[in-house]
Amino acid sequence: MSLKEKESQIVEEFSMFDDWMDKYNYLIDMGKSLPLIDEKHKTENNLISGCQSRVWLHAYMEDGKVFFTADSDAVITKGIIYVLIRALSGETPDDIMNADLKFLDDIGLKEHLSPTRSNGLVSMIKQIKLYAMAFKAKQN
Amino acid sequence: MSVDINSLKKEFPILNQEVYGKSYVYLDNAATTQKPLSVIDELTGFYKTYNSNVHRGVHYLSQKATEVFESSRDKVKAFINAPLREEIIFTKGTTDSVNLVASSFARSFLKEGDEIIISAMEHHSNMIPWRIVAEQYGVKLKYISFNEDGVLSFDQFLSLFTDKTRIVAVGHVSNALGTIHPVKEMIAAAHKRSVPVLIDGAQAVPHANVDVKDLDCDFYCFSAHKMYGPTGVGVLYGKKEWLEKLPPYQGGGEMINTVTLDKVIYNELPYKFEAGTPNVADVVAFGAAIDFMKRLGIENIAVHEDQLLQYAHKRLGEIDSIRIYGNAPDKAAVISFLVGDIHPYDMGTIIDKMGVAVRTGHHCAEPVMEFYNIPGTIRASFGIYNTTEDIDRLVEAVERAKQMFS
Repeated sequence: MSLKEKESQIVEEFSMFDDWMDKYNYLIDMGKSLPLIDEKHKTENNLISGCQSRVWLHAYMEDGKVFFTADSDAVITKGIIYVLIRALSGETPDDIMNADLKFLDDIGLKEHLSPTRSNGLVSMIKQIKLYAMAFKAKQN
Repeated sequence: MSVDINSLKKEFPILNQEVYGKSYVYLDNAATTQKPLSVIDELTGFYKTYNSNVHRGVHYLSQKATEVFESSRDKVKAFINAPLREEIIFTKGTTDSVNLVASSFARSFLKEGDEIIISAMEHHSNMIPWRIVAEQYGVKLKYISFNEDGVLSFDQFLSLFTDKTRIVAVGHVSNALGTIHPVKEMIAAAHKRSVPVLIDGAQAVPHANVDVKDLDCDFYCFSAHKMYGPTGVGVLYGKKEWLEKLPPYQGGGEMINTVTLDKVIYNELPYKFEAGTPNVADVVAFGAAIDFMKRLGIENIAVHEDQLLQYAHKRLGEIDSIRIYGNAPDKAAVISFLVGDIHPYDMGTIIDKMGVAVRTGHHCAEPVMEFYNIPGTIRASFGIYNTTEDIDRLVEAVERAKQMFS
C-alpha cells in the first residue's frame, strides 16, 4: 500500500465517527496497536523533547525502507504517534522526507493535532524526518 | 459574600463564550486571570486619549499620561500598604522583579562562598535567577525542604542559616500545591540573623490581603496579569534602604539624572530601576485592575475562593483513586491532582474537550514533581468569577476522562 493509500485509509477510519469522544476513543485504541519500542531502545537519546508526555522513538532500516517503533507514557500521545508511524513506517527515506502529511488535517482531529498544541506532534514529525534524512545519508 | 458572581461574570467578555459548543469554564487562574471590561476599556482608552511618553514631555498629553501612569503607582502602594511610593518599581512581571533583585544584589553583596536560601518548592522564576547568580559568583544555594502535605519545614529552614547566609528568597503561596507559607515568621527569623528576605508573591496578591509593612519583607514581587490586570506589568516592592543600596539593573533612558562622557549620575528612586520607556498603557490598565479588586474587597475575594477550594477538595476527594497533591492546612485557591495511573496530559486533553480549562504538567516547579515522583499534575485554580457549578463541571469532566482511560 502506498503512503497516499495508507493516509486515505486512516482518514476513512476516522470519518466513521461524528462524535469527538468516539474519535478520541478510537485514537486511544490505536495507541494500543502501536508497535512498541524494545525496552533497550527506551533511552534518553531516543526521547523526543517538546512533548508534555514522554515519547521514545526508534528507527531502523530494512531493504531500503525505514521502520519505526515508539512508546509514550500518555495514551493519547501513543495514538497520535501511531497515526504517524502507521502512515510512514515502511516508506523510503525520500518519501518520508517529502511527505506533506496533509491527511492529519482531514482526520477531524485537526485542532488537537495542530502544531500549536503542546502534544509534541511537531517534534515527533521532525524527529521522524530527521531519521529518514540520516538513513538517506548513510545509504549514499 | 456581597458580590453577585453571576452578574460579575458578565463583566468578563471572555467567560461568556462557548468552546467546543459548551459554556466556557476557566480554572487556570494561577497561570493568568481573565480581564474585566473596566481593565480592557482603560487599556484601549489610554491609546485613544492619553497615549504619549511619560516623564519628559512638556506637552499636554505627556503630562496627562505621566499623571495616570504615576497614579497607578499610588494605587499599588496603597494596595500592599507600602510606606513610600518610590518603593514601588514597575517591571515586566514577577520573573523580571526577581531577576532585578538577584542580579543587582549579587553585584553588590555576593562573593564566593556566600550562601542563599530558597525553598525546594519555588516556581522556576524564583529559582533560576538565583541559580544563575550562584553559578556566576560561586555562591551556594540551600533549599528549604517540605513534607508530603506540601508544608515547608520551619526547623530545617532555621538550620540552613550560617554566618555566610546573605539572602532568603521564598514564595508566599506555592503555584503548584497552593500552600501558603508562614512568610511573616520566616522573615522575622531571617531578620533576627540580619538576613534580608525576598518574597515571590505572584500567587498571593490576587487572593489575600498582603501588607508589606506588616510582613516586614525587604522585597516583594508580583504580576498584574494574575490580578485581573494586563500582561507585561509586574511590581517590585523594595524597602527604600535596600533599593538605594542596590546598583541599577539595566541602563538606558529614564534611569539617569546627568550623563557626561566621563560621568553618569543615576536618577532617584523609583526611576533608577525603570530604564527605558515603561509599559505605560498596561501600567495604567493595572490601576483599573486594582480598582476592580478593591471594589469587590480583597476579604470577599479571599472568602469566596476559600469556599470554592473547600468545595473542590470535597467534590474531587469523592472521586475513586484520586490523589490530591498539596494538603497543607493553609492553602490558597489551587488544587493539584492525579487520578489512578492516568497521565496528566491524557486527563487534561479530555477535560479541555469538555469545555473546562485547567493546567497540566509540572507547573514550572519540576523539583516538586520530582519529590512526588510524578510526571506532573492536573491543576485547577480559582478566581473571583468561579462558582461551585464550575467545579461540578470539572468533576464531571474528570469522571468522563476516567471512564475513557480505564
